[in-house]
Amino acid sequence: MSAITQDTAIRTGRVTRMLIYVTLLVFTLFYLLPLFVMVVNSLKPLSEITGGNMMSLPKTWTIEPWRQAWSSAQIGVEPTGLKPYFINSILMVVPAVAISTVLGALNGYVLTKWSFRGDKIIFGLLLLSCFIPFQIVLIPMATVLGKLGLAGSIPGLILVHVVYGIGFSTLYYRNYYASFPTELVRAAMIDGAGFFRIFWRIMLPISGPITVVCIIWQFTNIWNDFLFGASFGGQIQPMTVALNNLVQSSTGVKEYNVHFAGAILAALPTLLVYIVAGRYFVRGLMAGSVKG
Amino acid sequence: MTTTVQVDFRTRLQNWIPKLVLAPSLGVIMVFVYGFIVYTVYLSFTNSKILPSYDLVGMANYTKLFQLPAWTLAITNLAIFASLYIVISTAIGLTLAIFLDQKIRGEGVLRPIFLYPMALSFIVTGTAWKWLLDPGIGIEHTMHLWGWASFHFDWIKNSKYAIYTVVLAAVWQTSGFVMAMFLAGLRGIDNEILKAAQIDGASNWNLYWRIIIPQLRPAFLSSFVILSHLAIKSYDLIIALTGGGPGRSTELPATFMYSYTFTRNEMGVGAASAVIMLMTIAAIMIPYLYAELKEVK
Repeated sequence: MSAITQDTAIRTGRVTRMLIYVTLLVFTLFYLLPLFVMVVNSLKPLSEITGGNMMSLPKTWTIEPWRQAWSSAQIGVEPTGLKPYFINSILMVVPAVAISTVLGALNGYVLTKWSFRGDKIIFGLLLLSCFIPFQIVLIPMATVLGKLGLAGSIPGLILVHVVYGIGFSTLYYRNYYASFPTELVRAAMIDGAGFFRIFWRIMLPISGPITVVCIIWQFTNIWNDFLFGASFGGQIQPMTVALNNLVQSSTGVKEYNVHFAGAILAALPTLLVYIVAGRYFVRGLMAGSVKG
Repeated sequence: MTTTVQVDFRTRLQNWIPKLVLAPSLGVIMVFVYGFIVYTVYLSFTNSKILPSYDLVGMANYTKLFQLPAWTLAITNLAIFASLYIVISTAIGLTLAIFLDQKIRGEGVLRPIFLYPMALSFIVTGTAWKWLLDPGIGIEHTMHLWGWASFHFDWIKNSKYAIYTVVLAAVWQTSGFVMAMFLAGLRGIDNEILKAAQIDGASNWNLYWRIIIPQLRPAFLSSFVILSHLAIKSYDLIIALTGGGPGRSTELPATFMYSYTFTRNEMGVGAASAVIMLMTIAAIMIPYLYAELKEVK
């Protein structure tokens, strides 16, 4: 998206341009307001929040709320802070992203370069699986995870996220590989190269951009998931569920500054990815919405 | 002789490898997606309560579902939420895209600002807006401190208006993404046609209304499909922002399904509500995906 330059033929007058800039400014403030409020108030002592203005900068700057959110805030019944849940999320996200991406790449490769009868139907089935409302699988999934002994465990959550991540990762690689000349693959076959050799030597070297897109998409989705974590996590909760527990806890004084620090901690990994690789993030969003 | 046999074996193996590689994914999808769908549909015809049961009761769960005031409320809320959310996000997205497309200074700064909420979890969004909308500490309180004493904005505490606060937070999260889709569409429009129309004396308004916006049809379609899909699935945002309240005033089908299945022990009714959700999404997604796939070929 950012690669495309601005070259519209439309000409606008001075008054129109003023109005356009004002509107854009208003929306900029609208989008930034929640982030600004969260950051500023996470750096204030609680008394300044309850007694003061949410828009004003801290009079006394403090990182105490951050320390509390990370290591001592009450999550559920335990005063552990968000740290163990952050670790849960990492332990869940990394393998789930890796496995679903590898499977997606192999599937995309098969579906475009080794086509066989019925491959269109298989792709259709994989694609449709991306768009089901997960409520439809919650009940049987709870039963199956229980039977497998994976309920309330990291491997259980990894399994769930891999299963429901394959559709999207396959979609990405399939659309990407579809535009790669099949003749090259044919030529390599005639030279005697096998399935994995071609994948390793020809497909993988060109897969950089789509792999970044796929990893970012899966990472963002899995990190931000709440439904599966809340349904199947049990004691092993991911970050989003822990944050919700922290914010919704009804006991004691509401420590808003700690809540904000926690919310930013939960948002930090995906925000960092967005800041570092925003271009790929947008590409993933678009490819997930329209064809690749 | 032996070499031909070997070659034969190798080619046959080569023919099987792709299918073997695809098989695990396909198997997993068939069980965990399609098998589970069939199972949930089956449960929706049984008298399952706290645990799955296999005694068929016909349409009883569906009859019961549509007589429950809580379900009627959930689908009414979804209708209000989805229509406003889709219309407002599309309007904002289109406006921002058109404005950004006017050789704006600082576009490279503004675009990522409009889009960053999309990278956040709905739980984070819900937490932030819950606080901003809280009259005691958020926007209302601030306006009072700034001297606008009559300013009144307590929708989140008001069961009549709380659903609109969900719209607000959801629009905040995704309208930037809609902007990105429209902007990509705008940048793909051929300038020659526009220049020709300008020579013929067309005003900017006419250019947009008659030539440009009609060409954005694919972007309209994709954003409609994505936004309606997100609306029907909305669960986390409700949990974090309103918890379904005040009272039950912001329950959506997704929260209804969860509470009936797992906390009220009405699994049959919960399954039936999930089936209705699936059918609604399928009615939107299947024609769309079918058209997309046909084009890709």
